[in-house]
Amino acid sequence: MKYFLRRLGFYLFTAWAAITLNFFIPRMLPGDPVQSLINKFQGRLNTDAVESLYVLFGLDENRTVWQDYLAYLNNLFHGDLGISFTYFPTPVTQILTQSLPWTIALVGLSTIIGFVLGTLAGVGLGWRRGTWADNLLPIANFFSAIPYFWLGIIAIALFAVAWPAFPAAGGYDPGTLPGWNMEFIGGAIYHGILPALTIIISSISGWILGMRNMMVTVSSEDYVTVAQAKGLPERKVMFGYAARNAVLPSISGFALSLGFIVGGTLVAEMVFSYPGIGYMLFQAIGSKDYPLMQGAFLVVTISVLVASMLADFVYAFLDPRTRVEG
Amino acid sequence: MSVQADPIGLTEVEPAKKTGKKGKRSLGILRNRKALIGLIMLAFFLVLALIGPWLAPHDPNAVTQDSLQPPSADHWLGTTNTGQDIFSQLLVGTRGVMLVGLLAGILATMISVIVGVTAGFLGGIGDELLSLLANVFLIIPALPLIIIVAALVPSAGGVTIALIIALTGWAWGSRVLRAQTLSLRKRDFVEAARANGEPMWRIIFFEIMPNLTAIIASGFIGTAIFAILSEVTLAFIGVTSISEWNWGTILFWAQSSQALVLGAWWWFVPAGLCIAAVGTSLTLINFGIDEFVNPRLRNTAASASLLRKKGIRARIGFTPVYRGGGSQHPETTRDDDRPDADTGTTPRGGARRRDAAQADDATVPGRPAASGLPTNSRTTTDTEEVTA
Amino acid sequence: MTITTPQRTQAEPLLEIRNLSVDYGYDDDAVRALSNVNLTLHRGEILGLAGESGCGKSTLAYAATRLLPPPGVITGGEVLFTSSRSRESGDLLRMSDKQLRAQRWRDTAIVFQGSMNALNPVYKVGKQLIDGIAAHEKMSRSAMRERAAELLTMVGISADRLDSYPHQLSGGMRQRVMIAMALALEPELVIMDEPTTALDVVMQRQIVEQIIELKDKLGFSVIFITHDVSLLIELADRIAIMYAGEIVEDAGSREVYHEPRHPYTAGLLHSFPPLRGPKRELGGIPGSPPDLLSLPSGCRFRTRCPYAVDACAQLVPELGGTVFGDEEPHRSVACHLHDDAVDTPAVPAELAVRPEGRTLLGVDPR
Repeated sequence: MKYFLRRLGFYLFTAWAAITLNFFIPRMLPGDPVQSLINKFQGRLNTDAVESLYVLFGLDENRTVWQDYLAYLNNLFHGDLGISFTYFPTPVTQILTQSLPWTIALVGLSTIIGFVLGTLAGVGLGWRRGTWADNLLPIANFFSAIPYFWLGIIAIALFAVAWPAFPAAGGYDPGTLPGWNMEFIGGAIYHGILPALTIIISSISGWILGMRNMMVTVSSEDYVTVAQAKGLPERKVMFGYAARNAVLPSISGFALSLGFIVGGTLVAEMVFSYPGIGYMLFQAIGSKDYPLMQGAFLVVTISVLVASMLADFVYAFLDPRTRVEG
Repeated sequence: MSVQADPIGLTEVEPAKKTGKKGKRSLGILRNRKALIGLIMLAFFLVLALIGPWLAPHDPNAVTQDSLQPPSADHWLGTTNTGQDIFSQLLVGTRGVMLVGLLAGILATMISVIVGVTAGFLGGIGDELLSLLANVFLIIPALPLIIIVAALVPSAGGVTIALIIALTGWAWGSRVLRAQTLSLRKRDFVEAARANGEPMWRIIFFEIMPNLTAIIASGFIGTAIFAILSEVTLAFIGVTSISEWNWGTILFWAQSSQALVLGAWWWFVPAGLCIAAVGTSLTLINFGIDEFVNPRLRNTAASASLLRKKGIRARIGFTPVYRGGGSQHPETTRDDDRPDADTGTTPRGGARRRDAAQADDATVPGRPAASGLPTNSRTTTDTEEVTA
Repeated sequence: MTITTPQRTQAEPLLEIRNLSVDYGYDDDAVRALSNVNLTLHRGEILGLAGESGCGKSTLAYAATRLLPPPGVITGGEVLFTSSRSRESGDLLRMSDKQLRAQRWRDTAIVFQGSMNALNPVYKVGKQLIDGIAAHEKMSRSAMRERAAELLTMVGISADRLDSYPHQLSGGMRQRVMIAMALALEPELVIMDEPTTALDVVMQRQIVEQIIELKDKLGFSVIFITHDVSLLIELADRIAIMYAGEIVEDAGSREVYHEPRHPYTAGLLHSFPPLRGPKRELGGIPGSPPDLLSLPSGCRFRTRCPYAVDACAQLVPELGGTVFGDEEPHRSVACHLHDDAVDTPAVPAELAVRPEGRTLLGVDPR
């Protein structure tokens, strides 16, 4: 229990740190461009919206940073992330709530699939060393060094342009309306295959290599030899003893590297014009839509924190030592 | 007594063999094939970064009439839609990529060493706080953070980007360094230095740091990979200055000019392959370092092909039996000098010594050591005596 | 000639190791860790393996059970195991994986060194006891759990510890759990690899006494590996002393203590205070064990041996009879001093205590 509370405390602290970072970063920016942007929309913004933009960028010189900070936290608490410039006058919160499910579905699923497949392959490679399968390692190595977005470009070039089997852009069939109907879901899956494959292929090599090395290390632990000395069936030693223990660092590694992976997958969304947070971020960069950028960063960070926390809890579930000692 | 062979000749051979082995070992990391390949690849790109701009056959910015030409003798990697030479862009862009990668790698490594070693060395509350800082930076998604910072800084150039990447990418290395410092701190030689009253900076720089070299090197390489990927990504999504050439900029223009739809593969394939090649070279070096530091990985890596050739399957729990070319051991004599089953008496008499020349090297073919010696009768007699 | 030394039980051999050779490494740089080792363990016997660290005693035990991890390779020899249950003799080195799995734990069990890592930290003790049983016996889950509880009680641990994780147990308890685990299927052979090294002296004694007690009750045979010769002298029936990958002396444990024949054995005895009995003069063996990559020619011990002569550098001594020849036919030693075919000076008094207990001062052994 102590362990859970400690971890929870850590994630809450990190969330606070990210929010605070998010508050201070825009203050590095010279005020003029934002002021002019606000002026551009002045007539069409209500006072609340102007107020929240002033808070976001610290433009009101009559207020202290501390007052701004409290107002910012208050806005955040009420789900107010400001008004998007690109999709004026839609609130940032509304845009992000629309795009978040797409990101969670695509990035979440493909990251988990990549992790599971990569870990399984790593178990096999680490257990059967010195076989032909070792030749796969340099290939995995090469793939782990490729940026996600470039693999996405190649995937589009091959499977959407040269051999048009999959759509090159979008998240669903433009002819359908988002909703829980077969047509829409089928279209969404069809559109998701190429970006998902890209993410899986890019991320899988890292898991393969990491798990393989962990298997090699764990295999030389005494308890694996004891398991063999007991005459346990091969599968039982491989999965029940070696892989069971080797996966622990892999899971904590997963929790820690989620931030890195999600960053890469957001760019993959941009390449595929997939209607998730990454694509929104891309749009925001193009039109200097700072409130949307900031909101996207915050939402992505909070999602990553939640996912890492879940991975941490899975770890605690698998490793009895954390549960007792904390 | 009879000495059957000249034992003097052997004593000279052995030390020679030994020094040969030692010499091979002292080459250290270069003996590792992976690391060597990685270093050669990296050196190639570093040279390109230095002399690339002079090698470039065309001005990468020069707009010509030859738009969207596939690779030809004049344009080795074809041209863009505005007729710019892609090969020249690639050559000129190498410098930006390598510079930012190395600069960010160095800066981030410095931060990680300062934070990690201090945290590990201090312990207590200082360690807790610094570790917390590192973990926070580790878990916050770096790329979106870099994007919003870079997007806010107007026309961010290479050095700014390197700085931003370094400030967000140091945490992993610092985590590893902290753990290692923590374990070093408790070693005898550090304790001894402390007991001697050596100042802290001296202990850190002369006692602890030399033992962290491999980890610092591996952290630097990891961060450099991260930095290069981040920088290229930032250029690709158009956050950074699009007038400075690097491989990401080429991909940015390719993407925004519909190179995909136009089927201009020569525009977007080479830059990506270059990124992957640099990334691979760095990971290979890191693997080399890993295998150098962790002997468990090294053993498996070095001998895989040899094992396959000999048909040995090295596994945990089932030690392979390899009976070489047959003459490896005097197995032909097994029945003769087989000790008596009931008493465990070992054979005595003639078979109890080999001469030194055969001792260490029973593999010499055609010299089945001690095989023809009359041991059988003696052993049997003993058996009868004892069991009777 | 009369044999006055108490004769070992005329038991049949359980495990016979013949000409076993082991390399570490696969290429030309491989280290020869064991060279043509011969050793026999008889039914009901406690055989001690002793020597400095790195002498190959653990290598021998693990190679004989084929549990030696990479880069170990067995390069020759045979390991015959004679089961009393099936009356079948088999060479472990020629068994298939399937045969080996069936043989392991049921016939040969191992108690590992330093039990923290020998128990998987993520599984409860009960589960680890049970899965060894489940791999060999067809029993109901509850029967196996009952058996596991019985085993724990047998080694003096309360049965409710079945649901403990290894990190919740003390070092001594973990060692006992390992012993209970090894005895789960009542194997005929139990190999104990430094089972007491990580424990304090009081705990060491308790564990050793427990092993003897269990052995008397269950009748298994033991190969006991330790660097602590004085412990072996009390515990073992017979002791094999190893040096640089070879057995240099093989004799009854009382004989090793009172009448060492090999200079190395004598040196080892001087480096440990005896647990009981009269005090001996303490003194180590000068130098350190040789690097297996660059062994001296001839006798491997000669560089540290106080009695080394020219012949020691030229001829490799092999395990054979002692200077007393047929007076003690069950003993063997690998030293030229005891070999009348080699031109060496008289056996020094220290190594020539008569089997009866009288010193053979100044008598030419030839």
